[in-house]
This record gives sequence, structure tokens and C-alpha cells, in this order.
Amino acid sequence: MKWDPRIEEMPAEQLAELQYKRMKTLVYRLYSFSDFYHRRMKENRVHPDDIRSLDDVTKLPFMYKSDLRDNYPDKIFTASQDELVRYHVSSGTTGKPTVVGYTQNDLELWTTSLARGLTACGLGRGDVMQVSYGYGLFTGGLGLHYGAERIGATVVPTSVGNTERQIELMQDLRVTAIACTPSYMVHMGEVAEKMGVSIEKDTNLKTAVLGAEPWSEQMRTHIQNEMGIRAYNIFGTSEISGPMFCDCAEQNGIHIWGDMAYTEIIDPETGEQLQPGEKGELVMTILQKEALPMIRYRIGDITSLDTSLCACGRTHPRIDRLQGRVDDMLIIRGINVFPSQVEHALLGIPEVSGHFMIIVDKKGALDEMLVQVEMNPGAFSDKVQDIMEIRTKVSHILRNSLNISVGVELAAPGTLPRFEGKAKRVIDRRLN
Amino acid sequence: METDDYIIKQISVFSENKPGRLAAIAKALQDEKINIFAFSIAEAKGFGVVRLLVDKPEPALKKLADIGFMVSFTDVIAVRMKDEPGGLFDIAKILGESEINIEYSYAYSGKEAAVLILRVDRIKEAIEKMTGRGADLLKAEMFL
Amino acid sequence: MFWDKEMETLGGRALEDLQVKRLRQTIRQAENVPFFKDLLKEKSVSAEDINKIQDVSRLPFTTKKDLQKGYPFGFMAVPKKEIVRIHTTSGTTGKPTVVGYTRNDLDNWSELIARNLTMVGLTDEDTFQNAVNYGLFTGGLGFHYGAEKVGMTVIPSGTGNTKRQIEMIDDFGVTAVHCTPSYAMHLAEVAEEMGTTLDTFKTGLFGAEPWSDNTRRTLEQKLGVTAFDSYGMSEMYGPGAAFECPERNGLHFWHDSFLIEIIDPETEEILGPGECGELVVTPLVKEAMPLIRYRTGDITCILDDECPCGRGPRIARITGRSDDMLVIRGINVFPSQIEHVLRTLPEVGDQFMVYVDRINHLDEMAIDIEIKKEFFSGELKDLERIQKKIIHALRDTLNLRTKVNLVEHESLPRFEGKAKRVVDRRGDVI
Ligand SMILES: [Zn+2]
Ligand SMILES: [Zn+2]
Repeated sequence: MKWDPRIEEMPAEQLAELQYKRMKTLVYRLYSFSDFYHRRMKENRVHPDDIRSLDDVTKLPFMYKSDLRDNYPDKIFTASQDELVRYHVSSGTTGKPTVVGYTQNDLELWTTSLARGLTACGLGRGDVMQVSYGYGLFTGGLGLHYGAERIGATVVPTSVGNTERQIELMQDLRVTAIACTPSYMVHMGEVAEKMGVSIEKDTNLKTAVLGAEPWSEQMRTHIQNEMGIRAYNIFGTSEISGPMFCDCAEQNGIHIWGDMAYTEIIDPETGEQLQPGEKGELVMTILQKEALPMIRYRIGDITSLDTSLCACGRTHPRIDRLQGRVDDMLIIRGINVFPSQVEHALLGIPEVSGHFMIIVDKKGALDEMLVQVEMNPGAFSDKVQDIMEIRTKVSHILRNSLNISVGVELAAPGTLPRFEGKAKRVIDRRLN
Repeated sequence: METDDYIIKQISVFSENKPGRLAAIAKALQDEKINIFAFSIAEAKGFGVVRLLVDKPEPALKKLADIGFMVSFTDVIAVRMKDEPGGLFDIAKILGESEINIEYSYAYSGKEAAVLILRVDRIKEAIEKMTGRGADLLKAEMFL
Repeated sequence: MFWDKEMETLGGRALEDLQVKRLRQTIRQAENVPFFKDLLKEKSVSAEDINKIQDVSRLPFTTKKDLQKGYPFGFMAVPKKEIVRIHTTSGTTGKPTVVGYTRNDLDNWSELIARNLTMVGLTDEDTFQNAVNYGLFTGGLGFHYGAEKVGMTVIPSGTGNTKRQIEMIDDFGVTAVHCTPSYAMHLAEVAEEMGTTLDTFKTGLFGAEPWSDNTRRTLEQKLGVTAFDSYGMSEMYGPGAAFECPERNGLHFWHDSFLIEIIDPETEEILGPGECGELVVTPLVKEAMPLIRYRTGDITCILDDECPCGRGPRIARITGRSDDMLVIRGINVFPSQIEHVLRTLPEVGDQFMVYVDRINHLDEMAIDIEIKKEFFSGELKDLERIQKKIIHALRDTLNLRTKVNLVEHESLPRFEGKAKRVVDRRGDVI
């Protein structure tokens, strides 16, 4: 099923042409009407007339998160107050939060994008979707809410928290689909088990749309097998509107609608554009955003681009699941380490669970990385010997995948922190 | 050695954190001419548990229950501490090496020495380990 | 200002014709629900018997208890695929009341909210902070959709993080706020502490709990707003069924969407204008979950004079309840719910007392509980575990954080006859 087959199956050349046209219009509009973009382009000695093909996009300057912070709250908005219909606010780790404004058209595009994505996951009228992302200033809740409403699903706006009640409602209201973070999905599975409820046998849940934090293919397999559901990956940040793009039924990459966004992968150090298949930083231009346009916005996530035709028949390019944040990237003794790599490695070890913490410290001049991970109850033994062996195994596997040796601490099931929103699994004590 | 000989019955009393409750307990026991050797209070939000070692545990429990307190017996052990530096450390070390958890402890000064009351998770094993390592455990009969 | 002047000022013959037509349609819609079908049959009354608006009195009442029995979908009058939204609201036992909406229901609801907002002078140039809970509560999403319809800039701030909320009011130049009156009091205090005077504020929309004219004066003075009262409940979509106009002399009930009556809660006799009693509402255009003569439990009266603004009938501000329902931090709580939760916990003894207080303008609920003797192990940590378990169970069902005090045996009052285990010490409405 496709929400808008005409667009979703548009031949690649035609799509590229549409992108070019929209890109050109966007650049002209901003050069003419936005002080910020006008100045930014002038500083980089580029004029809208220099953009003669999509390849020329590399001439345009990047935009950074700091641009939003420096212009708090709405100095770079290109819509007037009476055109704005919504604000979302994401808390920054430091100082002022990031504020995103929306016009009616912005909301419309966002919702349309999600309607296409949710349809691609096989959802539609007749589905009952529980939205367990936070509602309010966070984009997850209201974003998925509008998307699910658009496709005609019954929306149960549970928001986050009160997990037992959520599981009861999931059963009682015969919920078929859920949207939440992958770690909350795992948490729900655990709580359900404690309540004596099997998500697979005792609920009608078939589909989960999971995002807002990086997760791995192993975690997907784990969730799908444990709960007897299909788990889809959804991507987006508040700067590009919110959660916006997701997997299709092939589960083979996230379709980025080319008529809405122009996607590049760059080397985060040099800023140079990379080839499809190469891993680098995701950079996006949202082609028709009105209130807060984004040209070559440095998303900061690490992924790669796949421009080949998807088996689902959609011509739009796909990105791989996110491999971590450029700024989450830990440099341990000169080696780049992403927390997602650790998660990836741990999920392949049956004796341990997906709950882990990374603690980085400095021992003298040397960086030390410690991974704490919960043992699976099944692997628990009262023999110290057995536990030592598991620890050795985990540390071998981590060394092989990260190329550095790290300390490993096994923790009892249920003792490491659980995260309902974004997981904060890294404690870097070197900063103090 | 009978480990049971060393298991001492502590009285645990549920009490709200409000004035006069401790006095009510003390008064009740005094009325029955029951001696309190040691007591401690553990507090949580709004309520607490009063722990008592007394000379006539059974009558004491009955009396407190009769006047409306919620009470129960808890098994503890009592060890006489050497009156010298490191006395406490020796005891903690024995238990620590056996991976026996001390859930709580409190002390009182007896006539000859300080006595430490311990609530541990594996009481029989604790008694065996401690007597085996020469700790001076008090027998339950001393409290009767 | 009017959003839909024709409908808002409709009167006389035209209004009555519309109401009769819609009441008939509602009865037919309700007949899709087995409960109503049987009930109407039992009373041998059908849509054809409604010829004038007074004929509504031939219809049977519906109560909250009835809705409870239909949990979860027993009161839905449309196929499930036509339901696009579900909200829940407090039930009288452990399970909530489920409310379903079709797309038309959502449209009608936001239409009514748009009327309310326009009526109090708000337009697409306003920036609106919606400081109520989103999610399963109707207050958040209800006003959100309405404000969006008007074209206002909506800040979906939700509740909590009051300092941050105040920063946003100043940074974004917020002109209108929607929250509970007690949260508004709290906002005012924190703003004062932070030394800001919230200069851009001009309109306050307050509801979900009863509040007094004294509070209105205080809020208007402290926040620099004109304050308006909002009325509604999830069973009639959510908030916004009735709203104050700029005259602020009663709340206009949207007469094209709801038929209202006042009855004596004891005798069920219909009372005349000006007489205070229980409000009974028949929604006229609801599709997913039609209701017939729903007993709201709220005490008010229909005002008998005409409002200079030209709109339809008004009710007086709600003065109380005909049952023992409490409103705590904007959440409806039935003592029977609390009792139900406690009775399902084996550790909880037969005796407990519930106290509701207002501390720093915020409602707090505290419960004194005697636990059963056999659950006293003598260990503090076991007591703490029981205490946590009780708090958790209450939060699960009531959606409220409560304080649980474990008290000594036989220290709580014993009752002969009807027990009064819930004591509201908040005094009058705020
Ligand atoms: Zn595909
Ligand atoms: Zn009026």
C-alpha cells in the first residue's frame, strides 16, 4: 500500500528535477527575504544564480544547531507571527533550548510525510495506534498523533509513563500498533512479563514504530522475536519538523521523501560530500519549510545513503539506521567509538541484556572505558567461575568490534537505569 | 554446637513518627516489669520500626499486641565486642568474607562490654562462621 | 466576535426545529448501542415520539455507572474503523471510562473550542500556551485542536516545569494561557518569585475544577489577564461545551450541540430556569458515543435572562456536585475508585482515611492506611515496599500522585453506619 503512489514511485530523474526546482526556489526565497540566509550566502560568496544543478548545492554554506541557539528564540524564522500555528521546543543540554516554529503548511508537510511512512509500514484505517511518545513540547507525541490520525487509524494518546496502565489499555482497547522509543518498547515488554502478560499472545499488537534514539538491528530482531511484532525504524529531529521518515515493509533503510528533502552524507571533518554507501554525517535540506527553513543542516547523525531502487517500488533514497552522533562519538585513546557499536556488540551475546552503561574516565594520562551490562536472568549462576567466563567473553567481543580494550562489569538484571525518553548511556567523567 | 542457641528474638514494633509513641511502648513494658536491654529506631517517611531486646520477649510481645501495637519477632544475633580498636572491623570482616549481608545493626553497652546486635541475611551461616572464627556470641538464654 | 454567528445566535423556532431534528438523529444513533436499544425499548420510546423539545423528558437517563458497565467499547455506536481517537476519563472503579471519537466528532469539538476562543477575543495573531496535560486527558488535545483551527500559535507546553513555562511566556510573547485555576495561581506565584510581570498576557482560560469569583479577581490582578471560565467533560467531547462570553455572567452552553436540563437529583423532577439542581446533558451531534440525558453530577442552574451578547442559553458557574466526586488537580476522582484500588491490595486493612488538602495552591491527597497485621514482618524495608506498592497502584488508576501514610493499628476512626472515609479539607472552591 502506498499513500501517494504518484509521488512515491516517481522515476528518479523526474524526482531529481523536482528537487532541483524546489531547491532553486528555496534558495531564491531565502536570499531575498531572510537576513540570516542572505548574510550567510554573501559571506560564502555564493549567489542563487550559482545553483545551476543539484551538484551545485555543495556551494551552499552549512547550517548548524548553533545557528538556532544564537538566534533564539525566533530571529531566523521566515514566517510572521500570525502565520505561525505551533511551537515545539527541545531542551538543549546547555543554555537556551532550540525553538522550532511551524506554519499550517509546515504541519501539513510533516503530517503527509508521516502518512506516507506509516502506510509504508502497513498501517491504515482499522488500526488502533497507541502513541507512547511524550506529548507537548516534544515533537514525538503530537507528530505521530497527527500522522496516525491522517491515515485514519484510531489514536490512543497515552503519552509516556504509567506503563502498567498502558499495557492494560493495549489489551483492553485491542491496540494493533504503537509508537515509542525502542528502549521504552523493551521496558514495556519487561513490565508486561512481570504482569503475566505476553505481548505476543495476550495483545493484538502487530506493529511498532520506534525512534527518537539510536538502536540496532539486533535490537529489532530481539523485539520482533520476543513480542511477535514487526518493528519499524522512524527518524527525524525537531529541526526538520520532528519524526518524519521511516522504514518501509522491506525494513531495508529509511525512505527520505525526495520531494520534501534533499539528503547528503558528508565527511564531518572536511565537509566534503561522500558517495552512496559511505558512512558519514547526515546533512539535510528541507525543500518547502516555511517558518524555519533548513539549508544543508548538519543533523549530526552518522549514517550512509542508498540510492538504489527499493524492492517496495519506492524510488526515494534511503538512509541506513543511524550509527550514532558525530558529537556522541567518543574518542578513546585516539579511536572513534560510538555507543551504538557497543549496543550492537552486546546484543549478539545471549548471556547479557540490552541494558548497558558506558563510563569513560581518565586513569593518569590514559582514557579508560568501562562497560556495565546486565546479565540475562537465564545466564545467572552462583558459581563465580561461570560469571568470570561471561565477563571474559563480553570483553573479547567488545575488543574485536571496537578495536580497543575496555573494562566490563556485569550487573544483576534490573539494576541499571531504564530510560523512558532518550537513553543517556554514556557518562564521560573526563570532562570534569 | 546448636546454632539455634544463638538466635535471639528481637521485638519489632510498628510505630508512627509522632510524639509519645516510644513513651507508650516503654510505659507498657515497665508496667509488666520487663527490662529493655537495647533498642533502636529505624525511620521511614511518616513511620518507623522500633526494635527492642528485652528480658521476657514472649510476655513483652503479648503486652504490646494487647494494647494495639503491630508487633513481630525478628531473629538477630548479639556479639560481644572487644573493647579495643578494630573490634567492629573484625566482625564485619568475618561476615564480609562469607558474603553475608548485614541488614542493620545497633549496639548497646552492657555491664562488661559493648554488645553489637546484628540482623543478617543468612543467620545460621553467620553464627557458624562467627563462632568458628572465635567471635564471642551471646546465647539467647542470656536474654530470658 | 463570533466564529459562527448564525449558529451561535440561532433562536426561536429555527433553533427548536434544529434541536428536535438532531435529538431524533441522536436517538437513532444511540440505538446502535445495545444498552440504549434495550433501554429505549423498555421505556417504549423512540425517535418518532420526539415532536417538540419538551419531549426529551420521555427519555431515560444515563449515568456514569452505566458507562462503566460498557467498558471498553460497549457504548460505541459506530464501527471501530470509524473511530479515530480514544480518550479516557475517571471511572467509578478501577477501570477508566473510554470515550471514542469519529472524525466528525473531532471536527465538531474543535469547532466549539474555536467559538469559545473567538468569543473571548482571541484571533490568529495570538500566541497560546496550553498548560494542561496532553495525552489521554481531553483538556490538552481539545484546546490544541481548537486553537489551531483559529490559527493561533500554539505552544503545547503541558504541565510542570513552571519556571520554564514562565520563560516561554516572556520569550515567545504569549498572550493567552489555558490551565486549571490552581495551576494559574501557582504560575502567578512563581512568576512573582522570578520577578517577571508577564506583560504580554491578556487572556486566561481556566477550567477543569470549580473556582470562585475571589480567585478570578486574584488571578486577574496577579497575571494581568481577563479570566474566563470553561466547562465540559469527556463525555461531551471534553472541555469547551460551555464557556463564558465577555459579559462573564454565566457560561453559554452551545445550544446546537447540546440539549441541557436541570433536575432535582433526588426526585429527578425537571426544574425551571433559575432553580439550582443537577445538570443533565444530551449531546446532539455526537457520532461515536451518543448519550441520552447524561447525568453530569454537576450542580448549577439555567439563567433565565438574555445575555446582551446575543448568544443562547447560559448556566451559572458550577457550585458543587450531587455526588461525592472530587476534583484534584483538575482530575476527577471518585471515592469509590480509591476504595476499589485499596480493596484489591491484600496488605491494606479494612480501615483507611483519605484527606484532600490544598498546599501552596496545589491539591494534595494523603491516605492514612492501617496495614493488616499478618503483613508486618518487623522489617522496615518490607513496610516501605508496601507503601510504594500502594502509591503505585493509586497512581495507576487515579493518575494522581498521592501520599500514603502507614498508621498504627486501631488509630483510625471506626464508623457505624455509612463510613465517611474521604475528607476534603480544602474548604470552599479556590
Ligand atoms: Zn522501500
Ligand atoms: Zn454572552
